[in-house]
Amino acid sequence: MSGTIFLQNLFNGLTLGGLYALIAIGYTMVYGILRLINFAHGDVLMIGAYLAFYGVTLMSMPWYISVVVAILGSAGLGFLIDRVAYKPLRESPRISALITAIGMSFFLESFAVVVFGGIPKSFLSITPRFLKKVVVVFGARIQVLTFFALATTVALLALLLWIVYKTKIGMAMRAIATDIPTTALMGANIDNIIGFTFALGSALAGAGGIIWAMRYPQINPYMGFMPGLKAFIAAVFGGIGSIQGAMLGGFILGMMEIMIVGFFPQLAGYRDVFAFVILILILMFKPTGIMGKKLTVKV
Amino acid sequence: MERRLKTSTKVYLTLGLIALSILLLYVASKTLDTYAIRILRLIAVFGVMAVSYTFINGITGLFSLGHAGFVAIGAYTSALLTMSPMQKEMSYILEPLIWPLNVIQTDFFTATLAAGVMAALFAFLIGYPSLRLTGDYLAIATLGFSEIIRIMALNMQSVTNGALGLKGLPEYSNIWWTWGWLFITVVVITSLTYSSFGRALKAIRDDAIAAEAMGINVFKHQLMAFVISGFFAGVGGSLYAHLLTTIDPRPTTIGVMLTFYLLIMIVLGGLGSITGAIIGAALFAILSEWLRFVEGTMHIGKWTIHGIPGMRMVIFSLLFIITMLVWRRGIMGMEELTWDKLYNWILRLRPRRKEG
Repeated sequence: MSGTIFLQNLFNGLTLGGLYALIAIGYTMVYGILRLINFAHGDVLMIGAYLAFYGVTLMSMPWYISVVVAILGSAGLGFLIDRVAYKPLRESPRISALITAIGMSFFLESFAVVVFGGIPKSFLSITPRFLKKVVVVFGARIQVLTFFALATTVALLALLLWIVYKTKIGMAMRAIATDIPTTALMGANIDNIIGFTFALGSALAGAGGIIWAMRYPQINPYMGFMPGLKAFIAAVFGGIGSIQGAMLGGFILGMMEIMIVGFFPQLAGYRDVFAFVILILILMFKPTGIMGKKLTVKV
Repeated sequence: MERRLKTSTKVYLTLGLIALSILLLYVASKTLDTYAIRILRLIAVFGVMAVSYTFINGITGLFSLGHAGFVAIGAYTSALLTMSPMQKEMSYILEPLIWPLNVIQTDFFTATLAAGVMAALFAFLIGYPSLRLTGDYLAIATLGFSEIIRIMALNMQSVTNGALGLKGLPEYSNIWWTWGWLFITVVVITSLTYSSFGRALKAIRDDAIAAEAMGINVFKHQLMAFVISGFFAGVGGSLYAHLLTTIDPRPTTIGVMLTFYLLIMIVLGGLGSITGAIIGAALFAILSEWLRFVEGTMHIGKWTIHGIPGMRMVIFSLLFIITMLVWRRGIMGMEELTWDKLYNWILRLRPRRKEG
């Protein structure tokens, strides 16, 4: 692999990794609190991308307003999913909530097929023109979008860390991740905090979905499935429940995925297999991931 | 008050039911049109898959999301065995089929058995590492494995014919094969469930740590159950392939979507019930045909993606979520539809009629 192609792959890997990181945070926050794999998270990403698409094409909003509306819409959807589907099952066995989450994901996908149509739509008309320009960095041709995506991702991640570690609601989120009953005794409204967590994670997923749609300029009702699964793998990789772990896991996974295909082009068809192999290896040998805490079962 | 029938009565009733079923199936195969018969065959094929799925998810209590992977293994194995060498040569345009597979051809029964054995082998290979995991981690790992199987099927051009898939399989899955295999599946799974092996499985499901303290080898039992479930999933795959007459590596045919459908069936029927799984499979097969009117009469354009119509799936997923939220036991809960239960039902109905 020549230097310029390596540089190109490096940027691709960083962008993809950043996207995985954005999506993985939603999984890891929800899992940290409820011990629930929110299967519908990947589909929130898809809805976010569609909202941005229709904001521009149907409502003829400028793209930046449409993006903000789509992110707020995703946050609302995440909140709604929790209220409708998961909140009634808080006291039930964990597996019931997981099955409901699968049902929710299935519902969002089939709902999108009905409302938005099953035929993939091109996102190119939505992407603002300046992002499509190509700049040459050390001989490598890189789209402005790549830098933009990376910068947005980093900014959003920083914003999230600020919310979680510097605000009151962030403190409440960290508190319920440790111990829900005790936090309730302190006078915190558990349901609102959980709802906020869902909204926050979904907003990031919505943003991730829009960037994803700009980079791989096509949207369809099933587009959220694979990124969602891989972001979950990234969250497990980094240590589920840990936000920094999810970020790290996302970047590592994205980078590895791009680099392996870069170094061994004949494996390109097996690109999706790779993430699952990593998942299984981690689950076998270090189920707590890079930064996760060990969970013990009490008898 | 629970009243029980004599064992001999139950045996006669069961034999009578089997005879009646054979008679009904015979009458159906002679009088019904091909469309209705197709639905009947579909019920049995889904039944085989759902019963094997509920054996692992409901009775053993392992939440697997990889069932479609075993169905896929079974479908490809048996399809490769029943196609004639000439047909294979014509289908494999891009790369020829590798050696032993391109010359052999077997009958449907052997092919189905081979499909089951192959799927069981894969279940062993997958179960051995992944059954160390529990709960939702197991769900994700098995989902991962089934996706790996699907992607392999997509990429191993010289074995599976890649994205083109296998077309023009002989339509062997007639009413007798499908219902016959459903019968075998139910007999085997039921007798296993009510053997000491099955009781051990239920003990593990209810409390794995307590079961282990009682001296049950948890891992070995779960692996056995996983392999048996895999075998019948493979059989189901073989029947499915020879019902559709084509098999390809799309998610809707043998991927996550199929696992979702099976999950809908066993959740509606009641997680942990064999009769529930069959009722769920029948409901799913019948409803998905009956609900076509939703898409037909409303005329809101083409809502199809990859041949999967949209509105029915919205209804199914809503039904699924509502079942989970308000009626989690499903139709049968963890119980079975037995002669005793029917008898008590009838007894309960009678006095009420006198009062009225």
